[in-house]
Amino acid sequence: MADTASLEELTDWLARFQALVVENQAYLTELDSAIGDADHGSNMARGMNTVELKLGSPATIDALFKTAGMTLVSSVGGASGPLYGTFFLRIGTTAGAVTELDGAALAAALRAGFAGVLARGNAEPGDKTMVDAMGPALDALDAGLGSGSSIAAAASAAADAAAAGRDATEPLVARKGRASYLGDRSAGHLDPGATSTAFLFRALADALGDAA
Amino acid sequence: MKKLINAPEDVLADALVGVAAAHPELAVDHENRIIYRGTPTKAGKVALISGGGSGHEPLHGGFVGFGMLDAACAGEVFTSPTPDQMIEATKVADSGAGVLHIVKNYTGDVMNFEMAAELAEAETGVKVASVVVADDVAVEDSTWTAGRRGVGTTVLLEKIVGAAAEEGRDLAAITELATRVANTGRSMGMALTSCTVPSAGKPTFDLPDDMMEIGVGIHGEPGRHRVPLAPASSIAQQLVEPILADLDFTKGPVIALLNGMGGSPLLELYLMYGEVAKLLEKAGVTVARNLVGNYITSLDMAGCSVTLLQADDELLGLWDAPVNTSGLRWGI
Repeated sequence: MADTASLEELTDWLARFQALVVENQAYLTELDSAIGDADHGSNMARGMNTVELKLGSPATIDALFKTAGMTLVSSVGGASGPLYGTFFLRIGTTAGAVTELDGAALAAALRAGFAGVLARGNAEPGDKTMVDAMGPALDALDAGLGSGSSIAAAASAAADAAAAGRDATEPLVARKGRASYLGDRSAGHLDPGATSTAFLFRALADALGDAA
Repeated sequence: MKKLINAPEDVLADALVGVAAAHPELAVDHENRIIYRGTPTKAGKVALISGGGSGHEPLHGGFVGFGMLDAACAGEVFTSPTPDQMIEATKVADSGAGVLHIVKNYTGDVMNFEMAAELAEAETGVKVASVVVADDVAVEDSTWTAGRRGVGTTVLLEKIVGAAAEEGRDLAAITELATRVANTGRSMGMALTSCTVPSAGKPTFDLPDDMMEIGVGIHGEPGRHRVPLAPASSIAQQLVEPILADLDFTKGPVIALLNGMGGSPLLELYLMYGEVAKLLEKAGVTVARNLVGNYITSLDMAGCSVTLLQADDELLGLWDAPVNTSGLRWGI
C-alpha cells in the first residue's frame, strides 16, 4: 500500500487537535496571562469546538481544510484566528479536491500553510511566536521524507521538532504580538502560540501514526 | 472571581442584551455582535466603524450615535472581532460615501480589520479606508515590538472625526483628518491592580499591594516597569513626563483626557487630573478642553491613563460639535 495521508486521517488530525486544545485550555490561557492578555486557551477552544460543529463530512481534503480555516477566521478573532485560519485555508487550496496526499503533497500543503502564516503575521524565526514551533516542525518533516522515512515517522519527527521549538521560545524576548510590549520581561516564559502549534503537530503525528 | 455575570462564556451576549434594553435608540445585531445607530447612516455621509475586544466600555459601543461612530463590532473579552463582523458592519453602515475603519494597533485587530477591508472591497465594492491608532508612549522601541499600542487617542479621534463626518466631508478628507489626529495624540497608563478576564477566572497578573505597574495597556498585559506605590503627585509625574518627552505640546492648545481603567473611583480620577493639570501648566502646556472619567477601560483594573492631543481651532471646533451617544453627550 502506498504511503499516504488519507482524508480520514487528516479529519482525525483536526479532532485530535481540538481534543488537545480543549484539554489544555487553562494551561494555554495561563501561559498567555504571563506575557499576553489571557485569552489564547479560550479562543482556541472556542474556535476548534466551532470547527467540529461546522465540519460535517467533507468529501475532499480541500473542503475539509477550507471549512476549518474559514471557521477559525470567523469564530476566533484575535491574532490566532487569522493565523490558524490562514494556515488551514492555504493547506486546503494547495491540497486540492483529493482524498489522499502522498508525503510530498502533504509537505507541500503544510509549507503553503506556513507561508500563509508568515505573510499574515510578518513574524520571523526568533520573534517568540508560533513560527518558532512551525518552522522546525516542517524542516523535520521535509528532512524525514527526504531521507525515505514513512509519513508517520516524519510526522513524529515533526512533532518532536515543534516541541523543541516551543521549548526554545522560553528564553526569547518577544518581538511580535502583545508579549512584545513586555520587552525583556517576556523572557522566561513559553510562548502560548508556539505551545498550541506544538499540540497541532503532536495531533498530526498521532493521527497519522495510528494507521502506520 | 466575583463578578456580576451568569456564566463566563455568556458575558458578551448577555451584555449586548442589556445594551439593547437600555438604549432603544441603538440597533443591536446579536448574531454578529454589532451595535449600530438606530437611524441608518444618511446618504453621502462617510460611515465610521470601529471595534475591538470587549471589556473597554464605553469604548466602542458607547460611542455609537450622532457625532461619533455608525457601528461598533464587539469581540470576545480582550479579543479582536472577526472579519465577518466587520464586513457585515461595513455593508450595513455604508451609505455610498465609503467607510473608515478605526483600528487600534494590536496584532489581532490589525490582521482582522485588514482581512475585512480586503474582503469587503472585493465582495461589495464598498470603499474602505482605515486609520491605525498607535499612541502609547510606554512602548519604547517599535522596531522590536508590534509597535505602539492604540489607547486613549482612539476616543478623541472618534469624537473629532465623527463630527467631521457629520459635516459631510468625503472619505479622503476624513481619512486625512483621522491620520492627523492619530499622529498627534500620545498616551501613558498605569495600574494599581490587575483586571480579571471572566473566562480566565483569576487576575491576569499578580501585583503586590505596595507595588504598581507603569506603562500598562488596556488588556491587563503587564506594564514595562514595576515600581513601588507612590503618592498621586509622583504617579502623575511618571505619566506626564514620558508624554511630554515624546512630543512638544507647548505649541498650541491641547485636549487632555484623564481616563480611568475601570476600577478607580471618580474621586481618585479628579484628584489625578488636578495633579496632571498642575504639571502641564508648569510645563507650559495649555489645556483647552478636557475629559475626566472612564472612557477606555480594562475591566476592573484600578489605575488611570493620560492622553494629550495637539489641537488647533479646527479640531477644537469639531470637539465642541454636538454629540449624542451613550458614552459621550453634549451640545444636543
